[in-house]
Amino acid sequence: MTSSNTATMAVARNYKDYGSALWKRIILTREGAVFAALILVIIIASVTVKHFAAPITATYLLLDIAPILLIALPMTLVIITGEIDLSVASTAALASVTLGTLHQAGMPLELAALVAIIVGALAGALNGFLITVVGLPSLAVTIGTLALYRGLAVGFLGTTAVTDFTEFWKDLAKSKIGGSAIPSVVILIAVLAVAFAILLHFTQFGRGIYAIGLSPEAARFSGVRVERTKFILFVMSGSVSALAGIFYTLRFSSARGDNQTGLELSVIAAVLLGGVSIFGGRGALHGVLAGVLLIGTLGSALRLASVTSDVINIITGTLLVASVVSTSVLAWIRSKRSRPGGKKPETAAATKS
Amino acid sequence: MLFQNLTRSSGARRVGAVAALTLSVALIATGCASTETPGETGGDANLAITFVPKNLGNAYFDTSDKGGADAIAEFGGTYDEQAPAEGSPDGQVSFINTLTQQQVGGLVVSANDPTAICDALNEARESGIKVVTFDSDTDAECRDIFINQATGEGIAKIQVDLIAEQIGDEGEIAILSATANATNQNAWIELIKADLAANHPNIKLVDVVYGDDDDQTSFDKTAALLQTYPNLKGIISPTTVGIAAAARYLQTSDFKGKVALTGLGTPNQMRDYVTDGTVTAFALWNPADLGYLAAYAAKALIEGDITGAEGDEFDGGKLGKYTVGENGTVLLGDPYTFNADNIADFNF
Repeated sequence: MTSSNTATMAVARNYKDYGSALWKRIILTREGAVFAALILVIIIASVTVKHFAAPITATYLLLDIAPILLIALPMTLVIITGEIDLSVASTAALASVTLGTLHQAGMPLELAALVAIIVGALAGALNGFLITVVGLPSLAVTIGTLALYRGLAVGFLGTTAVTDFTEFWKDLAKSKIGGSAIPSVVILIAVLAVAFAILLHFTQFGRGIYAIGLSPEAARFSGVRVERTKFILFVMSGSVSALAGIFYTLRFSSARGDNQTGLELSVIAAVLLGGVSIFGGRGALHGVLAGVLLIGTLGSALRLASVTSDVINIITGTLLVASVVSTSVLAWIRSKRSRPGGKKPETAAATKS
Repeated sequence: MLFQNLTRSSGARRVGAVAALTLSVALIATGCASTETPGETGGDANLAITFVPKNLGNAYFDTSDKGGADAIAEFGGTYDEQAPAEGSPDGQVSFINTLTQQQVGGLVVSANDPTAICDALNEARESGIKVVTFDSDTDAECRDIFINQATGEGIAKIQVDLIAEQIGDEGEIAILSATANATNQNAWIELIKADLAANHPNIKLVDVVYGDDDDQTSFDKTAALLQTYPNLKGIISPTTVGIAAAARYLQTSDFKGKVALTGLGTPNQMRDYVTDGTVTAFALWNPADLGYLAAYAAKALIEGDITGAEGDEFDGGKLGKYTVGENGTVLLGDPYTFNADNIADFNF
């Protein structure tokens, strides 16, 4: 999912993108820059950081970022519509607690997990209802449900934890594919990533998502069902968050109300780093996946280099700010140059080359 | 026009790409410049011991880990501290995994979750790393030794002894607890009652009130206690929130110096009240000793002197000899009493 996606992406942006050579359109994009940075971090870390170039690094890294990778998929779509979902980590915790409580009460794990996903979908549906039907801003709604779902999750189990889960599923959550270093959960992520990529980049529904992000009014007049699209996205966000919560619970054999506190910020940070505009209308799924991997790999390399967590936070924070600032600065320069009545086109072209 | 736009946008993107690359290089370079990988110290035993507290920037763990660093310096090992910025089990697991890869000799961990970090610790142990828990234990099968800071009996006894000493072993006292269903608190209160009945017949426990570990509620409950029981001579508050709130009330009331207050508190919260005489003495364990002993236990495990089995004996440096008890637990000792003479030595 590289070349074809980027090409489709261009549909949602501007026809001018077709004017440059194909390789330029693939490599010299925001997503390309993130990929390049990722590869660079991997190469530098492999050479300079002891123990980094071992297969086990990939195992730990992928297990650690699996919940972020999962939730980032629907989050990308939500942010491209210009909305945001801050309640994802709380939804994951609510699903985790649902799974734990029901399993403890004797329900088979498979059924409890299904109920947990339904709870997640309902949590997302409530967000979607308040945003699309009642018409409240998603920022306000999901800040509210962030507290609400977390409160429910903590209220259910209090300070206790459910730690007894079926061995098979616990082992599966931690298992690797065959004899490789890749955790099995990557298969789930890959399947969902492909599904979301097709949905976003190759369907009418997906083009509607970009249209809403660029201009909800225009999208509506062009026949995009704005409310329905957003509602579906929030339900997806809730369901996938629940799935991530279930994975987390099984990996750590621990269902607690305070599971994954603060994860929503890691997810949103990675999505933005991956080139999705917080104002909507812009972004691609492969960039987001690279963004999550970049933050994860950087953290993993720095940890192995015995950098303390405070410094790691400072470095990843700086990286995020820099990436957002660089986009804004570039956009500002571009808009300044193309402003009507600005510099004469000839001058601009001359300075450019 | 079209052409110009094209050059601009792809040029601008190229700038973006280069900027991102440069930044990453710079970050990685700075990140790696000042670091040394722990592990691989000299000698046959790998005395690289890393403390993994619940989180960083926590004065309690700063104190305990400092104690550990002192111990490690004494026996010539390599000390390091790694922990997530927030106290989350998944963050702790990432660090434990990393330390397993680095093959340190020992881990000294305060668990954010007794079960969630189990697999990571067991992977570390399978690769030969010794695991000591302190402050907060994991399930017993995930570590070699747990250094227990205090027993319920010890905590109950020291508070009874302190209040008895402060009120002359007779009169009415009350307890200001946390929440009515807090397991720890209730266990301690039962032990306090038993100790009073057995050893202090002239002290009468008139009431147990609950401040819900909330500063304002605890403050109000203290005021109510003093109004309700005019003959009250002392208050025990076995919770750090409660004792600080009660002390704040006493400090500005007429009861200062007349009603004794003791319990479990931290020096930083209680410093003012001890200095100005509102509180004579209170108890807690000494986190520096806790970290110190944990480091020595890790050393004994790494050098193969002990395996963590019940009855194993090891040298605890300046703290003397220790014996491993049931379930691989080592008891630090009696709680520590803080008073005007020693409170200046502590910062947590």
